[in-house]
Parts: sequence; structure tokens; C-alpha cells
Amino acid sequence: MINSSSDNVKKLNSINRRMFITGSVKFFIMIGLVSRLFFLQVKENKKYLTLSDKNRIREWKLAPVRGEFHDYFGNVIAGNFEAYQLHIIPEQVEDFRYVIYRIKDLLELSDKEFKRIIKKKNEIKSWETLIVSDNLSWKKFSKINNHLYDLNGVKPVISISRNYPFGSNFTHVIGYVSQANEQDIENNEAIKKNFVPGLKIGKVGLEKSFEKQLIGSNDIERYEVNAYGRRISQLEFQKGEKGKSLRLTVDTKVQQLSNELLKDQAGSICVMDIYTGEVIAMHSSPSFDPNLFVFGISQDDWQIIRNDPMKPLVNKTLQGNYSPGSTIKPIVALSALENGIINTNFTVNCRGHKHPLELYGQTYHCWKKQGHGFMNLRNAMKQSCDTYFYEIARKLGVDRLSETAKKFGLGKEVFGNLFNIEKKGLVPSTQWKKNALGQSWVLGETVITGIGQGYIQTTPIQLCLMTAQIANGGYKIYPKIVMDDENKVPPIDKFTPLYKNSKNIKIVQDAMFASTNEVRGTSYRSRIDDPKYQFAGKTGTAQVKKITERDRELDLKTFQIPYEERDHALYIAYGPYKNPRYAVSILVEHGGNGSTTAAPMAKKLFKTIIDRHQLRESINNKKYLDI
Amino acid sequence: MYQHNRLTTNNFNFFSKLANFDYVLMACILLLGFISLATMYSTDGGKILFHTKSHFTKLIVFTIMMLIFSFINIKFWFSIGYFFYVIIIGLLIWTYLFGIKSSGSQRWIDLYFINLQPSELMKICIILCLAKYFHRMKLENVNSLYAILSSLIIILLPMGLVIVQPDLGTSLLISISGLAVLWFAGINHKYFIYTMIGFLISLPFIISFLKPYQKLRVLTFLNPDRDPLGAGYQIIQSKIAVGSGGIFGKGFLKGTQSYLEFLPEKHTDFIFTLFSEEFGFIGSVFLLLIYAIIIYRIVAIGAQSRSYFAKLFCYSFAASIFVYITINMSMVLGLLPIVGSPLPIMSYGGSSMLATMIGFGIVMSAKVHSQQSIA
Repeated sequence: MINSSSDNVKKLNSINRRMFITGSVKFFIMIGLVSRLFFLQVKENKKYLTLSDKNRIREWKLAPVRGEFHDYFGNVIAGNFEAYQLHIIPEQVEDFRYVIYRIKDLLELSDKEFKRIIKKKNEIKSWETLIVSDNLSWKKFSKINNHLYDLNGVKPVISISRNYPFGSNFTHVIGYVSQANEQDIENNEAIKKNFVPGLKIGKVGLEKSFEKQLIGSNDIERYEVNAYGRRISQLEFQKGEKGKSLRLTVDTKVQQLSNELLKDQAGSICVMDIYTGEVIAMHSSPSFDPNLFVFGISQDDWQIIRNDPMKPLVNKTLQGNYSPGSTIKPIVALSALENGIINTNFTVNCRGHKHPLELYGQTYHCWKKQGHGFMNLRNAMKQSCDTYFYEIARKLGVDRLSETAKKFGLGKEVFGNLFNIEKKGLVPSTQWKKNALGQSWVLGETVITGIGQGYIQTTPIQLCLMTAQIANGGYKIYPKIVMDDENKVPPIDKFTPLYKNSKNIKIVQDAMFASTNEVRGTSYRSRIDDPKYQFAGKTGTAQVKKITERDRELDLKTFQIPYEERDHALYIAYGPYKNPRYAVSILVEHGGNGSTTAAPMAKKLFKTIIDRHQLRESINNKKYLDI
Repeated sequence: MYQHNRLTTNNFNFFSKLANFDYVLMACILLLGFISLATMYSTDGGKILFHTKSHFTKLIVFTIMMLIFSFINIKFWFSIGYFFYVIIIGLLIWTYLFGIKSSGSQRWIDLYFINLQPSELMKICIILCLAKYFHRMKLENVNSLYAILSSLIIILLPMGLVIVQPDLGTSLLISISGLAVLWFAGINHKYFIYTMIGFLISLPFIISFLKPYQKLRVLTFLNPDRDPLGAGYQIIQSKIAVGSGGIFGKGFLKGTQSYLEFLPEKHTDFIFTLFSEEFGFIGSVFLLLIYAIIIYRIVAIGAQSRSYFAKLFCYSFAASIFVYITINMSMVLGLLPIVGSPLPIMSYGGSSMLATMIGFGIVMSAKVHSQQSIA
């Protein structure tokens, strides 16, 4: 018992000693734990607090609402509609394969579309938004919403998308929008700032030119999300600003008429207010439906547009460099008058194809086989006698002619840098030829420049501006297509006279009047007698290729010539003749003849334009919204 | 003999037993239970859902069980020490053969009314068994080869059975509980030092035997940013949760990290993270304080106990509880690699709570019968 009790004492001593050691160790470990807690929760609190917020708050940028385009009367010509879309962020989806196959079933995607989506998924980074579908029907959209519970990470999105209610009518004015590509993002700061996957931006036309104003700013949604990226609750919604809507000067009715007139033909129609420079209509035919591009054009549609021989993608009004043909004659005449080369009595004898003008072995024919006989300025304009203009051009010289032509707006962009596609045209001069081609000017080239052939090239919009400036009595105007364009610096030289003697303008105007409204005038058949609509104009027929002797002998009718070799038909006009207000230029590619193809269109145009003049005037006085 | 006679009178009536009750310990356990319930309520997203209900039921049932256990004479617990051990070993073998497989491991057995994890019970059982083994051993015999080898076998057998489940965390906790008893029983401290040195030397070899996911855990622990979305995810998210709690916490039911499911295993091993996020530094220290009081009370009960068995059990149990808490918190706070180790009472899980409550029950019984000596 003593042994046992002494052993017990030893055992108790041992256990108590060890308990004391253990207790001390425990104490220090506890201190360690508390200091670790202190370190994490008090000292490093800020760091972890930010991390936790970053963790739970996700920001979603929504595509900004694009500004609209309105016509002069406030009708929407490029608007917005709600598109139902389906987005996925791959990294936020736990089981991408499952989800994507589920979506495939739900949306009844074809294998081709499905492959396209998978391909797209592999191209993007895992945290970027994958747009599975950008324009779902309401039925499919609601179906997806019903199945959201097992589609973790899938985002149904109601997005605002572009819509062009007038289809192809305005394509060459406003252009179209389509998905932004990397280049667009890099080149434009506004796009970069507001970019969200699937953002549509202007690709051509005014949509592109006014991107900065139109784009607006993103809505920003901040959501609390869980670890799988599923939204738990919305914390904040920061409303973005809708892009600025732009009012254009165009009149939808006139634009639509232009579309109708050039149906199935390649060409261009421009209508312009001769005082304000407002573009009433600007059409290039054929056009295409810009709505096709909004969600990415299909390969088939694209091939159809691309391979159309009439080239719908080319904006003929702005990009088309054409020989002006006889439509240059008013400028040639004006230049000759201004420079005192001729007076109204100056006469040239046109003796037909048997006795053409001969210069250094080259012959220059008038269009009329039999010849016009003795021609003064008025008659020569009226009947578009080439021989007369050969002669005055020869006397005038190309440099003086080009000076006048440039004054009236040829040879430079009409809209400045508004459209980056716009071409300058070409007004030749001796200096130009030396610089560009390194050759001396030849007199024969002057002669053909006098009838708008040779080097000289103009765009239809330039011809329209030229006509407008003749019609308004020879004053400089600046064409515009956007009302209240804040970017544009108001020009200082607006309405400065372009003439030396205003009488000369009157003479040319009178000659153009004769051309349309007097017997034997080239566009006499398209005249309107009613003084309300009466207009003055000048036809033009621009050769596409040189007329050979053989052609002259054959003297084929237009329909007998292959399409590509037919002449371009042109017509410039302004009206009403008394108190003129509008200028028109018409071009029909390979239309054959200005007086038979282009001039009749002007007749229909003027009817509508002048009928709508009253309405156009009243809109500025009161809010009058009607089409 | 006289003393013996006087003190072995079993004429304790119910009320005198009740008077001997350790009310501080009882209060702490109940407080802990209440906190765990509230936290569980928070993990359910502020609703009374499955986890809260289940935890509540277990808490009630096991607390009542603990109270019943505390009225049972400490002699009884001494007597069933080996038997209990054999039963649990049997259950572990049963688990190995017929256990329920879930997520790559086989740790559970289906007892119809409850799915039991015998390895958790082993944590308490091994203390009971070894305490009995060393109870009557003379101090000079304790360091004999025979005693050391047989006690090591007692530890290694369940360890091996748990490792094959595989469950490295629990098997380590079992061995630590066992070693705690060996330490208090008076095994020469040299052996512990030698073992430690040996363990450190063999560590690289042990690591080469680890399963790939276990290796990954060790590597991730050393540098959680190595793979932030994969293996390091748990540690990083847990640290973010705790760290963002601040001094006063985000408030009850307002812990974003856990509420938004950034936390893995938030009901079980990472329950402290959620608590700490919502109640901050103050709450965490308060929780630690409760645990400290519990441990202190257990040690105090051990010190008061007359029987060596009760002393050994209480000291070892206190040390084990302390180790569980330390390991769990260190893991959550990014101080240790992730090993599956629940926080006593706080964590969801019936077996773990059952084991802890059995322990508390025996401790309480030691308190109630503190003057009971065991022959």
C-alpha cells in the first residue's frame, strides 16, 4: 500500500507537471490564434474587405441605346427595337457542355449554328461574353427564361437594336450598323469606352460619321453574385444616356420617289435646296437592306450583294466619278462669258458628221449627224450642240474653264470630311496634267473637256451643287444633310458671289430654260408647262468608251449595245423656273441618253418636290409631324 | 482503508449529484450550442432549413444524452474502456467492408436511423481505452517496451483503419488524442522528441506516399496563390471571409462571402469562417474564450478528480479538444494545410458532436463522482 501510494504520488506529480507544460503550450497557441485573427481582421481588414467586394460585386455593362435618325419632318428613318438575346460568360458556367446542349435543345439550334457557337466560344477568352443568339423570338426567349433554374451562368438580355423602317431607301445616306470589330474599337475612342460584346456601330454613311454622338453611354448594372456567377440581387443601376438623335434634311417622300425612279437601274439622284444647301434626297441605286447587317449578314445575302453587277455597295452619289458629259456645258458657257471670250451673239456653224472639227489630224464630232447649222449660245445650250462648245472651249482654254468649274464646286468634296468615302472628282488643268501625268496639255483635250469628256470627272452630288449655285444666281452655298450639326463650323464665305457679272448667270439660266421648255430643247419632252412646277435643266450623255468610226457608221440604238458599253444618262435641273428653290441631278448608269432616260425622272421629281415645298416651309414654323 | 470506506459510499442521491454538477461547463456548452445553432441558421441563408433543424435535433438529443451520462458513475466508464474500443474497431472494420461511399471515400455506416462515422467516435474512445490501460500501471512500467508497444498498437490499429477510408485528417486527430494520453501517462519525453525528429526526417518520404490531392493541399498551403481557382480557392476565400469581417463583423446573416456560396464546406469544417465573417474579431475572440473556459473547466475537473483514470481522461480530452480547435482554426485562418477536421459542437455533423458530447458526459461524470476512486 505504501509502495502503491508512493507510486501514486509519483504518478500524480508526473501528470501534474506535464499538465502544467501542456497548459502553458495551450496558452501560447491560443495567443497565436488570437493574434492571427487580429492580423486578418483588424490589420489586413481593408485588403480583405476589397477582395470580398470584388468577389461579390459584378458589373454588367449593357449596350448603349443608339441615337436615332429622323428625317426633316421627324419621321424615324433609323430607330431602335428591343431584341431578345442570350449571353453566356463561359467562366461563370460550371458545366459548359451541359448548358450549351440544353440551350441547343431549347432553341432548336441547327448543327451548323451550334458549331458556329462552339467555334466562337473557343475564340473568345473565358471571361468574355459569348452571344449565343442575338435576335430571339419572344417565344424562345420566354422558354429560356422558364428554364433558367438549370442554366447557371446564362444571361437572357433584352437589348436595344438598330432598325431601319424604310429598308433600303436610305442606305446610302445613313449607312448601316453592324458588330464592332477589333479595328473599330481601336480606332474610335467612343467605341472603346462604351464597348460591350455585341455592340453595333456604324460601318458606313452617317452612322459612321456621327458615331460619337450616336453611340450614347452604357447602362451599368451592379449585381451581387455568388461563387458561380449567378446574380443574387441588383445593387445599383446606373442609367446610361441614349445617344443623340440626329435630324436630317432629307424628305422621306422624295427619297422614296428617288428609289422608285431608279428601280432596277444603277444610278443616282440628288435633290438640294439651292439656298440652304439642304439635301432633300440623296439616293444611289441599287441599294440594299441595311437591316441585314445589324445581326451580321448571312453569307448568301452577302454574296448576292457583293456580286451584283450594278454594285449596290458603291455609293454612286458620292463615290462615283463620272464624266459629266453635256451637263458641264452651263459651266463652260458661263466661264466663256465671264472671261469675255464670247457674247450671246457669238455664232458657230455646226455642219454635221461630214465636216467635223479638225485639230492636228483629230476629228471632233457633234452628236447630231446632220449638224445644227448656225448656233448662238442659247441655241447651242438648248440643243446641246457639241461643235459650238468645242469652239468656245478651244478659245477659253482649260485653265480658265477649270477655275470656274472649281468655283462652282467641282473637283472637291461637297460634304468636306463628313463622308470618308466621298470622291473629289477631277477638274483637269495644264498644271494638273504636268504634275499627275508628267505630260503637256494638248489642245484636243481642252476641246473634249468642253463637252464634259476626257479627264474631267464629277460626282453626281457635285453636279447637283453646281446646278444649285447656278440656280440661286451664282452664290456659294454649303450643302448639308444633318440639321444642327454641332461639329460643323459655320462657313464664312456662304452666299459670296461666284460670278463676275450676274448677267452671265442669267444668260446661262435662260439657256437652260430653253433646253427644257422650248421646241427642239433636248429635254423638251420632259417639260412641265405649269409655271408652278416649270423647271430648267440640261441633259447629258457621257460616253463610257471612245466612239470609233465603226460605231458611228453602225449608229446602234441603246438597247443594241452591251450594257457595260452604253452611255451614262445625266440630267441636271432646277425649279421652279420663276423663284427657283430646288436643284436636281440625276445619273443613270448606262442609261443610254440623258434626254430620254434621265430627264423624264426630273419631271416626276419636281412634281413631288414642289408639292411638298409648302409643307417643308411650314415645319419650321410649327410642329407638323406627318409624312 | 478508513478513507476508502468513507469515500466509496455510493449513497449519492440524485440531488447531491446535481449539486456536484459543473454549472460553468454546462453553461458554456449550452452557450456554444446556441451559437452553433445561430450560425447554422445563417448558413441556411437566414431560414430554418435542413441543416438548422437537423443540428438542433442533434444538439437536444446529445445534450440530454450527456446529462444522462454524467449521472453514470465514473467507474462504469472505466469498466467499459476496452469494450468500447473493441466495438468501435469492429465498426471501423464494418465501415471498411460495407461503408457508404461518398465523394471518393468510405467513412460512413448506415445504422438506419443515423449515418454514423465511427472514426469520429474513435477520437474519444481511444482516450478512454488508453486511460484505462495506464490507470493502474506503475510509473516505472510506463516506459517499458511492452507498455509502449502495446499502446502504440492501440493507436496504430484505428489509425490504419481510418487512413484506408481514406481520411488522413481524422486519423491524425485520433493519433494526437492517443499521444496526448501517452504524454500525460508519463512516457519519457525523449521518445516524443525522437519521434518528432524521426517524423521530420521522414516527412519527404511520407509526402511521396500521399495521394495527389493531399500533396496538392500541402503545396497549396505553402502558397495559396499558386492556383487561386483550384486548390488554393478554399484557403483564399476563407481568408477573405475572415479578413473582411473586421473588428465588429458584417452582422448576423450579412456575411456575403458565405451567403453567396464562396465558402466551401461552410456547414462543417469552415463554420468558423462564417461565424468570424459575421461577428468579426470580437465575436471570434469571444468564441475562443468560451472554448478556453471549457478546456479550463475540463482540466480543473481532472485536477479535482481523485482517480488517476479520471485525471488522465480529463487532461487528455482537454488536450484533444484543444488540438481539434487549433487545427480547425489554423486551417481556416491559413496557418495549416486543409485537413478535414471539424470544430467541436460548432460544425455540422452528428458523429463528431456525439463523440464530443460523450466526452463531455464522461468529464461531467468525473466531476459528479470526483471523489470516486477506482481500484
